[in-house]
Amino acid sequence: MTVRVQSEDFDVGAELAALTGGKTGIGGVTLFVGLVRDMAGGESVSAMTLEHYPGMTERQLEAIEAEARARWPLDDALIIHRYGRLEPGDRIVLVATASAHREAAFESCHFLIDWLKTKAPFWKMEATPEGERWVEAKESDDEAAARWTKPA
Amino acid sequence: MKILYFAWLRTKIGVATETVDLPAEVRDVGALVEWLKTRSPKHADALANSTVVKVAVNQEHVPYDHPVGPGDEVALFPPVTGG
Repeated sequence: MTVRVQSEDFDVGAELAALTGGKTGIGGVTLFVGLVRDMAGGESVSAMTLEHYPGMTERQLEAIEAEARARWPLDDALIIHRYGRLEPGDRIVLVATASAHREAAFESCHFLIDWLKTKAPFWKMEATPEGERWVEAKESDDEAAARWTKPA
Repeated sequence: MKILYFAWLRTKIGVATETVDLPAEVRDVGALVEWLKTRSPKHADALANSTVVKVAVNQEHVPYDHPVGPGDEVALFPPVTGG
């Protein structure tokens, strides 16, 4: 189980190989890769700068990864999240989950990206023709995360 | 107490971090946010709408009724937008 917060890009193929190497009990891996879009709210985006809270970011990512492990039988999981200045097409985030069976891999990967979006302390600032603006949180992200809330 | 600001709270207030001496009557997050508003017009403006001011104490998300003390690291930030 690994969490990395970095400014550098990552190589999805190399990460997949490292995640599964030598672990022949893994039957499937689900990968989610988030990219910088060139449009937001009808305006073109030329760059995006991600700010985060060093220390808390790693803690929160480790906590949600531990939660995924508690809920699904995972052989391994990996979260990489970038910060700093990124351009359209750049990779922002990688979530990978490996399990003996596809259902656990699919569900836990979906859970991790939904929870990460509402719990990990990252903030995006977009550069548009109108100037720079902070991205507002979406209600739909809260709803997506709420789907995974366990019944009380 | 160490206070950290992120994203537009940081840019509106003009500092990323400040150290404050907490009055004895400030015992929870809600009271702290109200007290921080009195520090400057910039603080008052940035913190005006508490529905978009989220708080972490010692790097954990907490509600406004969470207790705070002099040794805590408190961060104020808008709703997160990573992923």
